[in-house]
This record gives sequence, structure tokens and C-alpha cells, in this order.
Amino acid sequence: MAMVSTRIRLVAAAIAFLVLATVATPVTAQQINPTADAVKEQQLLAQFKRIEGLGTIPDTKSYTIEQPQGRQWREYQEVALPWIGTIAMLGMIALLLVFFLVRGMIRIKAGRSGVNIVRFTGFERFIHWMTATCFILMALTGLNITFGKLALLPLIGPSAFSTWSLAAKYAHNFLSFPFVLGVIVIFCMWLAGNIPNQVDVAWFKQGGGIVGGDDPPAYRFNGGQKMVYWLVVLAGTIVAVSGYLLMFPFYGTTIVGMQLAQMVHGTVAVLFVAAMIAHAYIGTIGMEGAFEAMGEGTVDLNWANQHHRLWLEEEQARVGPANLERQPSATPAE
Amino acid sequence: MARMKFLCDADRCIECNACVTACKNENEVPWGINRRRVVTINDGKPGERSVSMACMHCTDAPCASVCPVSCFYTTADAVVLHSKDLCIGCGYCFYACPFGAPQYPRVGNFGSRGKMDKCTYCTGGPEADGSAIQYEKYGANRLSEGKLPLCAEMCSTKSLLAGDGDIIAQIYNDRVAKRGYGSGAWGWQTAYRETIAT
Repeated sequence: MAMVSTRIRLVAAAIAFLVLATVATPVTAQQINPTADAVKEQQLLAQFKRIEGLGTIPDTKSYTIEQPQGRQWREYQEVALPWIGTIAMLGMIALLLVFFLVRGMIRIKAGRSGVNIVRFTGFERFIHWMTATCFILMALTGLNITFGKLALLPLIGPSAFSTWSLAAKYAHNFLSFPFVLGVIVIFCMWLAGNIPNQVDVAWFKQGGGIVGGDDPPAYRFNGGQKMVYWLVVLAGTIVAVSGYLLMFPFYGTTIVGMQLAQMVHGTVAVLFVAAMIAHAYIGTIGMEGAFEAMGEGTVDLNWANQHHRLWLEEEQARVGPANLERQPSATPAE
Repeated sequence: MARMKFLCDADRCIECNACVTACKNENEVPWGINRRRVVTINDGKPGERSVSMACMHCTDAPCASVCPVSCFYTTADAVVLHSKDLCIGCGYCFYACPFGAPQYPRVGNFGSRGKMDKCTYCTGGPEADGSAIQYEKYGANRLSEGKLPLCAEMCSTKSLLAGDGDIIAQIYNDRVAKRGYGSGAWGWQTAYRETIAT
């Protein structure tokens, strides 16, 4: 009995299969050819710019087998960035050199009064120099990545250059933490004095005392200093974010994301360096009596009167004209 | 001298991963490093194809171009190698590589990179051929013994071909002509700026 029913079922299945096959065969045989439908490399590349699939290892980024856009990144890294950096930095140095030859050091017109006024507290100077030291070291170690093999490698040889570059990489990574801390503190402690206002417009219109003979009034920070402040805050934020994306690979980024982050990081960093060269120039050889503000923390009364008249008036009103000398100011001026 | 290349005939690859296993074993590749891997495209769909991919030893290699310490060099057989003594683990070669070939051992937290490791075409590194230190750093040096990379040598379907570019291109051409189809020489356009018509 069981045998018979099995046989009947088999026959029924065979008939059903044959019926289905006669209906289905023309379609499968003539229209679906798995071989002809197979993926082709050139088609995939033209369609998606990159080829991805499924793999069997935990490393999911290995599932991308081809991504030719690395070529554009290479062009940037090997051609564009060195040129941007060279033009920005050498251009800035050349510009400052010409300016120095034409304008010379900006003197204190009335000469030194011999009376000093506190301009930056010890804390402010510490934060400034901590950030500045980190910046200079990170600039040198960062530029080494782009320019080292062109400038330094032929001089010291591959072994010494590699040892230096490895140390430079670690220095660049770890100095980022005090640098970012410095930028954050700078942002907070000098924010009040760096909100742009009408005085800055007038200051820029009169050439900021840099171009032309005028000495436009300014509060604690003039228009130019405010520009430096906002540049440090903005560029600092951009290099920090893009830098940390590169420092922690594949944390929230793909390979394309890291290529982009590196391009942003490199471009902003070389422009940042060029801008800071100008900042260092005006704070040292560009202007008499300027460096001591960040050096000893005090400036000459006549310097303050010439460059930051409104700030000086505020300070005099706050502590009284007689008590200006070596008066530590407990809070920022504004 | 030959111009060594890899060619994966995806129409023959059965995704057995023997090339991956052979590579790991022959080169004593550290845990977590994959010099070669097999990726399946359109997995489970009609016309799916698997491709075995590793360093393609590019002409005018992007990794070598972007390396900040210039630790790459190309051998007389056109194999792209690098020095682990010079590598600083910056990751730039991985950004530039079209094939995801460079691999980095983890040396600290948060994915910090150690010295790069990649397929050497079973050709070792800058140290003396056949030396213990070369084996320890880069794995086998089969080419100096007159042997091809083990991944291709032991491929059961002869899908993965290694050898002189002209010869393996001819083999692939003949196959395509005989069977009438081919999904292309994967990566050749990108790596060598040339392709094999199919």
C-alpha cells in the first residue's frame, strides 16, 4: 500500500515537472544566461567608481576590492599640497620681507615712557606659549610629512630620516592634546575682547596703523588681532577635528572620509602656518615694544597709548593713572 | 627580467579561500593581517563572481609615491616591496592604494598603526634573500628560489595566475577565446593602465 502511494506520488511529480519544464524551459534557456549576466569589472568600475562585495573575514573594509579614487588623493598629496604649502609659506615670508624693507619696524612714536602697564597675566602668557610651542613643533613635524622627503631625506639619509619621522609622528599625535586644550582656553579667555565691533571697521579703514601713518584707536585687541584670534579658533578647530579623524582610523570614517580629512588637514595646516608666520613677525621684529606684551606681560605706556588707546583709557579708569605700573589685573580688561 | 603580475580569472574562482590560507601559512602572517582576501560580488545572485585580491604590484605604485619616508622600492621583476625598518606606520599608503593592500598591526589603542605589512609576491624584503630575519619580517622568498607566489601556485582551479604579465595575459586571452566569456582582468586597468579585451 505504501509502495503504491509512493509510486503514484512519484509519477504525479514527474508529470508535474515535465509540464512545468516545457512551460519554463524556453524562458530560462533563452533569456537568463548566468554566465552572460556575470558582473564585469569594467562595468562595475564605470557604474560605481569602486567595487565592493562580501568577504569572509571580520575586516569589513577589506570587502572593497578596488577604489581607484586613491589616485586623486595621490595627486593632491604629491602635487597640489606641496605647491599650496610652498606658495603660502614662501609667499608670506617674501611678502613680510618686502614689507619690512619698505616699512621697517613700527616704532613707538613718542619713545618709551619708562612706565609699564600689565597687558597679559602669567596665566594668559602660559597658555599662549604652551599653544605656540605645540604649534611650532606640530608645524615642523607636519611639514616633515609633506616636505621631509624632498628637503631632509637627501641630506641625512633614509635611516636617520625614518628615525626622526617616527619620533615626529608620535610628537605630532601627542602634542595635539595640549595644543587643542590651549586653543579651547584661548577661545574662552579672550572671547570677550574679540567680538568684532565698529572700532574695528574704523581701524581697518585707517590701515590699522600698519599701512599709512595713522594710529587708529583700539580696545584691548585691535581688528588685526581679532582676525588672528578667529583664525586660530577656526583653523585650530578644523585641524583638530580632521587630525583626530586621521589619528583614529575608521572611527566614523571610511577610506574616502580619511582622504578628505587629510586634504582638509593639510591645506588648512599650511595656510595656518603661513598666517602664524605673519603673527610672529608683527609680534617681534615688525613692531617695537610688542613682544614684551607676551614676554614679560607688560607694555610701555606710550606703546599702549599708540596702539590700544581705548584699552589704556579703560585700564586707567579702572585702577587710576598713578597705579598702572606692575598692577596685576585680576580679570581680562573688558 | 619578467614583469610579474597577478591575474584573477573570476569566472574560475570558486571562493575556496585556499589562496588566503596558503598565504597566511607560507608567510607566517600575524593574526589580523590579511595580505590576500577573497571577495564575492553579487553574492547569492545569478552571475555572482568571486575575486581574490592582494597587492597588485602596480606600475608607478601610488603607495610608493605618497610614502612620506620613501620606504618602497620596485624590484627588477617589478615587484613592489617596502622596508619595515623605514616605515613609520602613518597609513598614507592605505589611503592611496586602490586595492586595500596595506595592512597594519595594531600597536596601541584606538587603531594606532604599527609597521605596514602587505603582499610581497613571495619575494621577501630588503634583507639578504633567504635569511632568517627576512623571513621573520616579510615572510617567504619563493621568487629567489625560482618559485611563484604560493597563493597562485596552489589555486585548485588555476583561477589565480601569477607570473610574467604577458604570459598570464595570453593564458587568460586563450581561455576567454575558448569559453567565449570573461569578466575581465580585475584590477589591471587600475594597476597597470592596461586591460585584456574580453
